[in-house]
Amino acid sequence: MQEELFAPGHRGCAGCGAAIAARLILKGSGKDVIIVSPTGCLEVVSSPYPESAWKVPWIHSLFENAAAVASGVEVALKSLGRKDEAKVIAIGGDGATIDIGIGALSGMLERGHDVTYICYDNEAYMNTGIQRSSSTPYGASTTTSPAGKVSFGENRPKKNLPAIAAAHGIPYVATASIAYPKDVIKKVKKAISIEGPKYLQIHAPCCTGWGFDGSKTIEIGRLAVETGLFPIYESTEGKVTSVKKVKRKPVEEYLKAQRRFKHLFESEGGEGELKKIQDIADANAKQFGLDL
Amino acid sequence: MKLSIGAMAEPGSTRTNKTGSWRTFKPIINVEACIGCGTCSMFCPEGTICKVADKYAIDYDYCKGCGICAHECPVKAIEMVLEGE
Repeated sequence: MQEELFAPGHRGCAGCGAAIAARLILKGSGKDVIIVSPTGCLEVVSSPYPESAWKVPWIHSLFENAAAVASGVEVALKSLGRKDEAKVIAIGGDGATIDIGIGALSGMLERGHDVTYICYDNEAYMNTGIQRSSSTPYGASTTTSPAGKVSFGENRPKKNLPAIAAAHGIPYVATASIAYPKDVIKKVKKAISIEGPKYLQIHAPCCTGWGFDGSKTIEIGRLAVETGLFPIYESTEGKVTSVKKVKRKPVEEYLKAQRRFKHLFESEGGEGELKKIQDIADANAKQFGLDL
Repeated sequence: MKLSIGAMAEPGSTRTNKTGSWRTFKPIINVEACIGCGTCSMFCPEGTICKVADKYAIDYDYCKGCGICAHECPVKAIEMVLEGE
């Protein structure tokens, strides 16, 4: 049996999607890796002073510079002539990746470092108290985009970072979900085997932040994919090469299971908002040819 | 634990923190019904479900009782039981 490289005893909530993502990433990568983690939920729960859940070399950077630190680690290995000994992987949340670290990430992709950058996407700043990020989807209520009398929650669409990464013309960009673990493992294996910069975004539901029972983390992740709200695909040099097709379900099935979208079903005018979210899913289906 | 400059920690040392005490509901695997597919082990956020022979067993020292294993088991061979019952 494969050794568990992400040890138990970490402080993730019962049902933590990010912890599942970390386990799956390490199952795909094996032990010959150096992991860089920026600040975020995964960093906080996996490295409570003076402990560490990681059984591979791991370094914590600042919130904004995981991609820069990973670039430095890769260049250091190269100049020491030890590049064959380990692959460099950065694992950051959506806040660190899509908001705060996007400059450093773009630089890393543009300079062509041989690093796999993985974003576990739980769609808000979870460990600081569920503040919205640019990856928070349209209509979600967070503590900084609260739904109420004058608001239906987050009023901007989810930023499409895989498309931004692909626009750098890098050799591999992929999305995945923890609900499809073999797909995650396969994509991590593939990414680290390719020379050059790679970007992988893994959808990782958060029971605490999204408001659902911890036993349903995988079910919610599956619904995000089945409704077309989180399309799963791979792209090479900016061209989409594979898509996970689904028998699409209405977005309500995904939304009604979560507290962050509860207001859409209870407030006057919510129906119009649900229609807008269904339009987002329909547009994804059209763009990627998701429908079976 | 003694830490050196740069705050290095022992690999996997969160094991000193037994999160089994967090649990409210305890997953019990019915080994008769278990088909050994490994779905529970794959999805466990703690990595506490291990293959023993051709079946699976749970390390209750760390299981937080989230219930993903019971929810995802394709043959419903895992039951969540209130702790202490």
